Amino acid sequence: MILKIDNLVKHYGPVRAVDGLSLEIGEGEVLGLVGESGSGKSTVGKCVLRLTEPTSGTIELGGRDITHLSRRALRPLRRDVHMVFQDPYSSLNPRFTIERIVGEPLLRHKVADRRETSRRVSEMLEKVGLRQEMRSRFPHELSGGQRQRVGLARALILEPKLVVADEPVSALDVSVQASVLNLITDLQKDMGFSCLFITHDLSVVEFLADRIAVMYLGRIVESGPTEEIFAGPRHPYTQALLSAAPVADPVRQRERRRIVLGGDVPSPLDPPSGCRFHTRCPLAYDECRSVEPALHDPRGNGHPAACHLVTADRVPDAAATR
Amino acid sequence: MSLLEITDLSVGFDTEDGLVQAVRDISLTLDEGEILALCGESGCGKSVTAMSVPRLLPPDTTRLSGSVKLDGRELTTLPEAEMRQVRGKSVSVVFQEPMTSLNPSFTVGYQIAEVLRRHEKLSRRDADRRATELLELVGIPAAARRMKEYPHQLSGGMRQRVMIAIAVACQPRVLIADEPTTALDVTIQAGVLDVFRDLRDRLGTAIILITHDLGVVADIADRAVVMYAGRAVEQATVAELFAAPRHPYTLGLMNALPSAAVDGRLAEIPGMVPSPLSDPDECAFHDRCPRVQTDCRMSRPPLVRQGEEHLAACFHPGGQS
Repeated sequence: MILKIDNLVKHYGPVRAVDGLSLEIGEGEVLGLVGESGSGKSTVGKCVLRLTEPTSGTIELGGRDITHLSRRALRPLRRDVHMVFQDPYSSLNPRFTIERIVGEPLLRHKVADRRETSRRVSEMLEKVGLRQEMRSRFPHELSGGQRQRVGLARALILEPKLVVADEPVSALDVSVQASVLNLITDLQKDMGFSCLFITHDLSVVEFLADRIAVMYLGRIVESGPTEEIFAGPRHPYTQALLSAAPVADPVRQRERRRIVLGGDVPSPLDPPSGCRFHTRCPLAYDECRSVEPALHDPRGNGHPAACHLVTADRVPDAAATR
Repeated sequence: MSLLEITDLSVGFDTEDGLVQAVRDISLTLDEGEILALCGESGCGKSVTAMSVPRLLPPDTTRLSGSVKLDGRELTTLPEAEMRQVRGKSVSVVFQEPMTSLNPSFTVGYQIAEVLRRHEKLSRRDADRRATELLELVGIPAAARRMKEYPHQLSGGMRQRVMIAIAVACQPRVLIADEPTTALDVTIQAGVLDVFRDLRDRLGTAIILITHDLGVVADIADRAVVMYAGRAVEQATVAELFAAPRHPYTLGLMNALPSAAVDGRLAEIPGMVPSPLSDPDECAFHDRCPRVQTDCRMSRPPLVRQGEEHLAACFHPGGQS
């Protein structure tokens, strides 16, 4: 396992952003962490990088517990995990040239001298499809897609074992998004890093994730292999999420059974009792209001869901109630 | 005659770098009860086209030519005082970001009632009653209680519903919605799109929906205009457009969607959008186009009929069904 998170909790004051989350990412695996705003998905990414301190739980990186390592002890491990952010503009220093931005991690970790850094920057720029003359440019001179390529180059130049990518293509137009997604796929195959890919966009994870974990209000409600989740979502929330994302085909889209969830996402300040989804779940019954369902995998095929209605021989159908 | 007729509309902006031509020679029509999608990527001119109707563009720097007629009445030359009557009453707008479009210091009830008192000259009590009805219309539960709440007390989806309630308060003929669900989660988006559908069905409101999301277009629009570099490159009923896209850019957009991946790869559109500062006499898409031929570089393909209710600006259209 490259990454193993066990019972992670992160509270910001009274806000229970992440509230008991466990997940694992294997070597060379891409895990898509999916959820809507306020689900806590970005907080998970920040905890993994220790950009924020977990309230409790453990995070292991390559078998080593990093949850409570000091900044100093953490420093050598920073080579192994890198992050790609959503907004490539605000995450690149506007006063640095592209060469300096991409080369900075090498110098910071003292793994290469100036000449070696320069050579590896060239190599990396080529890998992410940027021309060499970009080296002397500044971020504002680049397009959104080019900036995201710079973000990738910087994240990958130390050849990390794990990349945490938080909505890396959400701000991009679809034609640019396509080329960045192809690039991420190529780089991942080529360099073999593991990836925690955080996004709200189901079509993006369907394209590139090996496995998917769906979050709702600080917890994982379902996880499993990508094809499994898309072919047979078990949790009513996953079913609703999949049915709500419109497909770009008017004939199919207008014939689809849609599950329209009532109400709003409850506040993470005061998550509902029992199952956190029960206030919006069309199938909720008494037990859901009082007993919180554990993530369980009744068929034992690596596709657990946190729903009382999921059993070995039965999967709930949230669309069937109307 | 259509409800709204835009003819040969061009819009440019004076900037330090010169004239930026955002929209070039757009012509389109909108009928009563119709949902028309304006789609395309950032900078294609879709928002500027739509905002030319209520004239929500900076007057000092905007260079506009062409005609915008609502019910046969020319809007581009209307005196500002009369235009103010059109805005909010006949034509209204829903923006992408509901938080910045609502005033944080007033209750939502006040903000809806204000529109009714101003345009419909309703009494305070009548305006409040109507405002509560409007909140119910856009699917806000416990409307009477919500009336007394402030924007920060509402979720994003609820705020957007309030914005829609304000926009339809005076039963506008045309509702312009600029990326109305882009900032919302998908499970919330579905409900907001239902509100638009419902308004169209119940009030006959014509809607111009500005969106970059082809899924939303497929879901809700009757017709769509695809824009590229300030021009309409394709225009068709939604069924036609998706079944047989003629313009290579439209096809490129559809194939670039993650859901359209073939063997784990997405079809890219190489290159970049041309600068809005220049306008050479050639097809603006030619250097990114897989079907490019010599004639594409010689002159600009006009938007011409390619079939029933289907226009495309391409010398070498594909996808004949």
